[in-house]
Amino acid sequence: MSQSSTNGGNRSMADSLLAVFPSPAPIDLARTLDLAGYRWKAVASGAEAAKSEPTDGWAGAVVMCDDDPESGWALCRSLRKRDVPVQRVLVMVNGTQLADLEMRDNLFDEFCLTPFHPRELEARLRHLFWTQLTGKHEMLVEYGGLVLNLETYQSSFGGQALDLTYMEYELLKFLAQNPGKVFSREILLSRVWGYEYFGGARTVDVHIRRLRAKLGEEHANLIQTVRSVGYRFGQSKWSV
Amino acid sequence: MNEQQRDYVLRTVEERGIRLVRLWFTDVLGNLKSFAISPAEMENALNDGMSFDGSSIDGYSRVQESDVLAIPDANTFEVLPWVDAKGAEARVFCDIARLDGTPFDGDPRQVLRRNLESARKKGYSFYIAPDIEYFYFAPPVAGQQPVLLDEGGFFDLTSTDIASSLRKETIRTLETMSIPVEYSFHEDAPSQHEIDLRHTDALAMADSVMTFRFVVKEIAALHNVHATFMPKPLENIQGSGMHLHLSLFTGEDNAFHSADDPYNLSPTAKHFMAGLLRHAAEITAVTNQTVNSYKRLVPGFEAPVHISWARNNRSGLVRVPIPKRQNESATRLEYRSPDPACNPYLAFSVILAAGMRGIEEQYELPTEADANLFEMDDEMLAKLGIAQLPQSLSEALTVMEGSSLVAEALGDHIFEWFLRNKRDEWRDYKTHISQFELGRYLRST
Repeated sequence: MSQSSTNGGNRSMADSLLAVFPSPAPIDLARTLDLAGYRWKAVASGAEAAKSEPTDGWAGAVVMCDDDPESGWALCRSLRKRDVPVQRVLVMVNGTQLADLEMRDNLFDEFCLTPFHPRELEARLRHLFWTQLTGKHEMLVEYGGLVLNLETYQSSFGGQALDLTYMEYELLKFLAQNPGKVFSREILLSRVWGYEYFGGARTVDVHIRRLRAKLGEEHANLIQTVRSVGYRFGQSKWSV
Repeated sequence: MNEQQRDYVLRTVEERGIRLVRLWFTDVLGNLKSFAISPAEMENALNDGMSFDGSSIDGYSRVQESDVLAIPDANTFEVLPWVDAKGAEARVFCDIARLDGTPFDGDPRQVLRRNLESARKKGYSFYIAPDIEYFYFAPPVAGQQPVLLDEGGFFDLTSTDIASSLRKETIRTLETMSIPVEYSFHEDAPSQHEIDLRHTDALAMADSVMTFRFVVKEIAALHNVHATFMPKPLENIQGSGMHLHLSLFTGEDNAFHSADDPYNLSPTAKHFMAGLLRHAAEITAVTNQTVNSYKRLVPGFEAPVHISWARNNRSGLVRVPIPKRQNESATRLEYRSPDPACNPYLAFSVILAAGMRGIEEQYELPTEADANLFEMDDEMLAKLGIAQLPQSLSEALTVMEGSSLVAEALGDHIFEWFLRNKRDEWRDYKTHISQFELGRYLRST
């Protein structure tokens, strides 16, 4: 997860990579992205996007659906239906495909009509990524009484500062950024600790216990154990 | 250490207004050592370590090079919960290195790291959950008998009991310091308490035991009470042990568990246990390192005396607890001889080495001894092939001295220093004339 905090410009995106469809990317799209300062990589399918994903995940995606809408939407779907969904997906459709946007609101965050005007696409991308650039929004993760400040690494619950070790903080951050989702120990280990960690999946249980103890008895169920699967932060999306 | 981890520490120091960062490490005898640095020096310490003169630390001293480096383990960085906001302090455990950055072989934490690493190479991570017993007394006066705080019995529930409120405050503090507590209760003996910690990997647990002893003593002292981990402070009353619940994991799986075995023990668990039993006498000087330790290991107080194992026999050295609800991850071995005055880094190291030797050499597990061993005479025990743990520190040192397993696990530096230091301790003890002797012989002879 890259949460850099430089002031404005696309420079803070310098370390982040966008997935772009189709592959190879149309020349005018490639030029627009390059001129606007985005780093990107063309992918032909969801499988390829999964394979060539950078270690800190895709920062976003630009999916051009006008030539091959079926593959384009399939890619959007696969980017969203993962343990950690890719946020900030921009789709591009032509005038006759506007109806396709209906019922697919969950698959994209922004759209742009083709043929596109480079300045318009740039403006839409800038808007899509503004939260990350200004640091206004994304720097705070809030859930119930829990607040994590990603810029200062500080956390509190009900206004009381929580004293966490680095890994406890990273684990809580990851969970709180994905409330309602169930994660297996392996996923948590690879996303929070990284693959090189050797302590075994028990490490996850140990840290969950510590977090529960620090959150206090009455809030310990904020992190729930999902039997024989893993852990979930907050309420399930399906519970009433 | 990655950059984000370092940023996390530095940022926390700044945001929380930390005035002092305490660098914690452990001497060879298991005493917590500390020196404080200002926040301004923290970045430097994280990058390059802080050098200090190791010659004043027990077991660190060397003839030539006495300067060593304390390198903070950023993942152990914690704000200390009991200091008020005006003078907030934090602590971080350190690994000790030579000036060229290589691990210093007099550092117990590095010794444990090395032993864990060699188990890790064989695919195992070592997990430990200790049950730690200790006593609360009135502040001691030199040469006087300890004064009990309460007269409570097992699971005694008296709300006015100051010791219970101390224990509660201790647990709250431990939990804010990443040390979750499984159970806690008033033990059999008056003034004795037990706190059971939830299992973690052995390195984190050794750090936790160090923090635990510090927190228990600190909170007691704030209330003008003395907490002690002395193994046997009172004659005729059970001593304080530190039973260790041990397990090995391969990834997410408990390597000690097997659904096919009547005791749910895998061959790995049995070999490990056989290793523990075969080398128990050799490692006892490390797990029970004081003269006083051996006054706990006597018949009649639920402390082990014989080198044996059983499923449910608290007179044995190794117990196989029955896990609740078929919980695979709870399959474990309970090693019952260690006491809380040991150096946890070294004790965990030699225990792991003994168990791993059993696995490597596929030791055969002796038969279970499920009868009460305290009621058997020597002849019966000999027939069953059941030996005794060393009876004194001196005996334990003699067995240890001949052990290549312990020498290898501790490394030559600590092995030699430990033997020398403990021989001195035994010599001091031997020259002491006790009340027992005066009472018994002064008039009668």
